[in-house]
Amino acid sequence: MSDTTLAPPRALDTASEARLVWLRFRRHRLATIGLTLVVLLYLVAVFAECLAPFSPDKSNARLVFHPPQAIHFIDEQPDGWHFRPYVYGSKLARDPVTLAAKYVLDGSRKTYLRFFAQGDAYKLWTLIPGNVHLIGPADPSEPVFLLGADRQGRDVLSRIVHGARASLSIGLLGVANSLLLGIIFGGLSGYLGGKVDWFIQRVIEFIISLPTIPIWLALAAALPKDMSPFGKYFCITLIISLIGWTELARVVRGRFLALRSESFVTAAWLDGCSRSRIIFRHMLPSLTSHIIAAVTLAIPAMILAETALSFLGVGLQPPAISWGALLKEAQNVESISAAPWLLLPGAAVAITVLALNFTGDGLRDAADPHGH
Amino acid sequence: MDIDVNAHRPILDIRDLSTHFQLGQITLKAVEKVSFTLHRGQTLCIVGESGSGKSITARSILQLVGHPGRITNGQILYAPDPSTEPVDIAKLSSRGSEIRGVRGREIAMVFQEPMTSLSPIHRIGWQIAEALVAHGLMNKKAALARATDLLRQVEIPNPEEAAQRYPFEFSGGMRQRAMIAMALACNPKVLIADEPTTALDVTTQAEILRLIRKLQVENGLAVLFITHDMGVVAQIADDVLVMYRGEVVEHAPVEQLFSHPINPYTIRLLEAARKLGMAAPPARAYVPPGPVMLEVRDVSLIYPAQASMFRKTKAQAAALKGVSFDLHEGESLGIVGESGSGKTTLGNCLIRVLRPSTGEVRYRNREGETSNLANASREDLKAAHREIRMIFQDPFASLNPRMTVEQCIGEPLLVNGLLRGRDLRLRVRSLLGMVGLPPDVASRYPHAFSGGQRQRIVIARALALDPRLIIADEATSALDVTLRGQILDLLLELQPKLGLSFIFISHDLGVIRYFCNRVIVMHRGAIVEIGETETICTNPSQPYTKALLAAVPEAEPARRNLLVA
Repeated sequence: MSDTTLAPPRALDTASEARLVWLRFRRHRLATIGLTLVVLLYLVAVFAECLAPFSPDKSNARLVFHPPQAIHFIDEQPDGWHFRPYVYGSKLARDPVTLAAKYVLDGSRKTYLRFFAQGDAYKLWTLIPGNVHLIGPADPSEPVFLLGADRQGRDVLSRIVHGARASLSIGLLGVANSLLLGIIFGGLSGYLGGKVDWFIQRVIEFIISLPTIPIWLALAAALPKDMSPFGKYFCITLIISLIGWTELARVVRGRFLALRSESFVTAAWLDGCSRSRIIFRHMLPSLTSHIIAAVTLAIPAMILAETALSFLGVGLQPPAISWGALLKEAQNVESISAAPWLLLPGAAVAITVLALNFTGDGLRDAADPHGH
Repeated sequence: MDIDVNAHRPILDIRDLSTHFQLGQITLKAVEKVSFTLHRGQTLCIVGESGSGKSITARSILQLVGHPGRITNGQILYAPDPSTEPVDIAKLSSRGSEIRGVRGREIAMVFQEPMTSLSPIHRIGWQIAEALVAHGLMNKKAALARATDLLRQVEIPNPEEAAQRYPFEFSGGMRQRAMIAMALACNPKVLIADEPTTALDVTTQAEILRLIRKLQVENGLAVLFITHDMGVVAQIADDVLVMYRGEVVEHAPVEQLFSHPINPYTIRLLEAARKLGMAAPPARAYVPPGPVMLEVRDVSLIYPAQASMFRKTKAQAAALKGVSFDLHEGESLGIVGESGSGKTTLGNCLIRVLRPSTGEVRYRNREGETSNLANASREDLKAAHREIRMIFQDPFASLNPRMTVEQCIGEPLLVNGLLRGRDLRLRVRSLLGMVGLPPDVASRYPHAFSGGQRQRIVIARALALDPRLIIADEATSALDVTLRGQILDLLLELQPKLGLSFIFISHDLGVIRYFCNRVIVMHRGAIVEIGETETICTNPSQPYTKALLAAVPEAEPARRNLLVA
């Protein structure tokens, strides 16, 4: 038998590297779940207006700190059973001893819910007017608090859904900035080597050595007070990515250094490829899946940074809504003890960060099967 | 009667051993129904090519197969002495105390790569002593004394001082000796050696084989030796087990196996080994030299002393010292030497992957113009690179995994602006045919090919520009022996057709002898000897060449040249 006898052609033989990475990724169950969650979360951020049951700013002074209401699906009526989701209404009562306000379940009143309910008017992406919400009360004037209400009687669920937009997009934008800086400086450092490499690495080490939170605070505090929320949002993104690029630059540099000594790169040089062809045709394609993995792992850091800044009151400020800004509501012990559901934006952060980390880990393993 | 039976009871009796790897839906049968016995004082060689399951068999015996591998069937009966009832190792838990009592203490293992098997942060002496302390055989002080004693046994000079050193201060051969000392620490009864000499130079290999034999005789060890090298088998084995795709295809005493092999695979393996052996008739007649095409004059490469922030670390190191030779048209010139001899560096200097510090590489091109590649401009170099091509050692690393075979082979034609579109596709297909691959594989990616097939693709890429000279750097070293012969034959067949000259760099004298007209023997960056291959191989004039030749294991059990020292 000669080595030229080939195995019968399989579909995989003509599968590109990107496809192989994807197939390996699919075998990673936790990562697949993570990716599904990430996609869902970003869809939520994109279609926040349609998905949230109410406008995030709709307040109701009579329903402050209203607790979450459980959804019931089977409606028992004299004429039989119906499948119709509803929540029970509630009424305000006073505790006879402490005189504290308390919401008591009112079993006689039912607020029916429906899909594609007509409700608060909105403009999707500030462009397309609409008033249909994925889920909402059949009667738009009835309040429903699936995840409770905050200090001003606003629906926490709607606010979390809207907060996703700022929090998640800051992650993406910040990483895009970081990636640009990271690829430029990391690539230069790794490809050129020598003095350039030395200098860039020392700068990166210096930046990493800075204590991040005080620097963020200082930079964020330096922003003019009267800046528009949108401008502020951009500046915060920039501030966060100014520090985040260093990690990515190191990843890119490491891959470049490793690739530079691969024989296929030497072979490309001997084939007569120009420097730019070597970089763009031979080296960068081998880096993409690693870069995607590194980026996925960098987004959570950005999201956490935004949350921290807004929580400390120097990031996004009300009326802008982000998860960090929402968590600011839960800063004092009293509101937490009265309304623990105010911590739910934190759960959203945790789920997002975990999902992104699982996805990133899976991608990294898939991109580099021999890395472990 | 019972006592009689017991006296012949083998120390290891493997019956129907199967080890499978569960990879998703696919079950990989790495070892399938393997049976053999190992007797006291005997050397059993397991031989096979890569992927034959020989290492997994060895690891299964010590329950060292990691997840997702699992012993699915069979018995591993271990009888420490003939009178005791054997223990079935396959039944023991892979982490229990019972297996730990056997592993290392009763059956010890030596691995291929001594650098990764030794801990870099502990002193050699302590690493050896640790096993004794861990098995509760001795206290620390006694164990350290025993470690020094063991280092003496494995013939490490100055054992007291060597015990205080770290692995990185040792050479490859010394590290392997230290590994063997470690394996012997608990006085095991069985030594499993998994390719212990594969990473070593041929002269070091001879020393290690001699050492293992000496220790075997002194300690009455049973040795299970795993190798892919038929030469080594012929030198040391009592019995041989030939494995192919997880199964035993032949099991016979060594003389019988070499004189009367039965299985077709064994026959093929032996033919391939003998073809590239030193006893084979020379493959080729000496070609009268054509005009000189490459004149190498006094090429040196000196790595300057490295100054760090705090001190001057290293004195300057010379990787090449004043190398001069001529290459004639149509000639195949071999460069042979052990690791660190500078042969690869020389190859890289010829093609300016590395720039020589001094000296000239005068290349006369197709039009008869001569240029010095050592300081040629980028344009001249690019022109020269069209005529001088390179084949690398590792066929897995030298093809871009993101490009199809067609793109890989077509790349030099495309970037030099020679062909494009339909013409390029046709040319790639004819190149594939030239190296013996069907043209319809062009759309596949490198991962769909085996090592030998990839090396053929690399050759096709080298041939794409109609070169005159091909520098092959250990081009067959990563391949199994049967493929090695095929690739060499392919190059030999192409040479007259395409009018090629070769510079063939290898550590393997057999390969060089089969392929080259003339050979350069290198040692420590300098040329030791240069001459016609037959002359060098039969009648070397330099002591170093003689030592090199004497250390080549002959694939002939009747002529054991290594163990008679």
